[in-house]
Amino acid sequence: MLCVNFMDGKARPWPVIGPIQLLSATNPHRFLSSIAKEDEHLLVAAAKRGDAAAFEELVNRYERKIFRLTMNITRNREDAEDAMQDAFLKSYAHLKDFQEDSRFYTWLVRIAANEALMRLRKRRPNQFSLDEPIEGDEDLMPRELEDWGPSPEQRFAQTEMRDILSDVIDKLEPDFRVVFVLRDIEELSTQETAKALGISVPAVKSRLLRARLKLRQKLNRYFRQGGTN
Amino acid sequence: MNCKSVIREISDYIDGALEPELKQELEQHMEHCEDCKMVVDQTKQTVDVFCDSEPIELPIDVKTRLHEALRRKISEKRQ
Repeated sequence: MLCVNFMDGKARPWPVIGPIQLLSATNPHRFLSSIAKEDEHLLVAAAKRGDAAAFEELVNRYERKIFRLTMNITRNREDAEDAMQDAFLKSYAHLKDFQEDSRFYTWLVRIAANEALMRLRKRRPNQFSLDEPIEGDEDLMPRELEDWGPSPEQRFAQTEMRDILSDVIDKLEPDFRVVFVLRDIEELSTQETAKALGISVPAVKSRLLRARLKLRQKLNRYFRQGGTN
Repeated sequence: MNCKSVIREISDYIDGALEPELKQELEQHMEHCEDCKMVVDQTKQTVDVFCDSEPIELPIDVKTRLHEALRRKISEKRQ
């Protein structure tokens, strides 16, 4: 495995980081993504011609987002790092196969999601399957309806909000989490998500609906007026 | 449209992917059903709060190992 190369098979010196923290409350750089899209194809074209610096720029641009993706899917730091590395190395090795009919980032997300899913399946062979049918409508009706008040997220400091989001997504079942991460955090379309996961569009929609409702329920504990965590 | 149907259509509604006729029915239902309105609003807020989330800085050790591995790969490919 590629991940073993740079550590000679020895255990990694993982720092003790406490709860996994990947998300923060605000995104002041959100509009940068539209700027990034404009010259992404130039960097990809240069990288395809063998310009290593151009590919490294693509890595610099997306490494945080890809690590967030692999971390959100695997919920394990070692697996997340391995999946991220393998995704970048494979995308470099197969760059000539990238057809440019979609964004490079979307292609990269697909590779990274597959790397992360492979590790998740390995670690939880009996707990995770996207092939399993999901239950009927009975469980969909929301419980615990309480007023959140205006802008509940503004009641929390950025680090607090990061912990809350990390906690609730960690508790979401993997087959719902994966779909939610690709659709609502990485902003892939329903079709792109279905393609990345090898499942049907209705299956994506069904899991996404359940994921969103389950997360609403979990956030209710934190966001309800006068609620405590 | 009843409450159960509203819940089933929440995702498409907040994604703006609902047929105009269904959208109108759902909105009419919400005018009279505070519970459904609350669930729809909170589900939208749930998506927004995650959608607005920003990845934290990549830990420096993770970044170093990634770029070292990349440079090795580039070097291998050139040889």
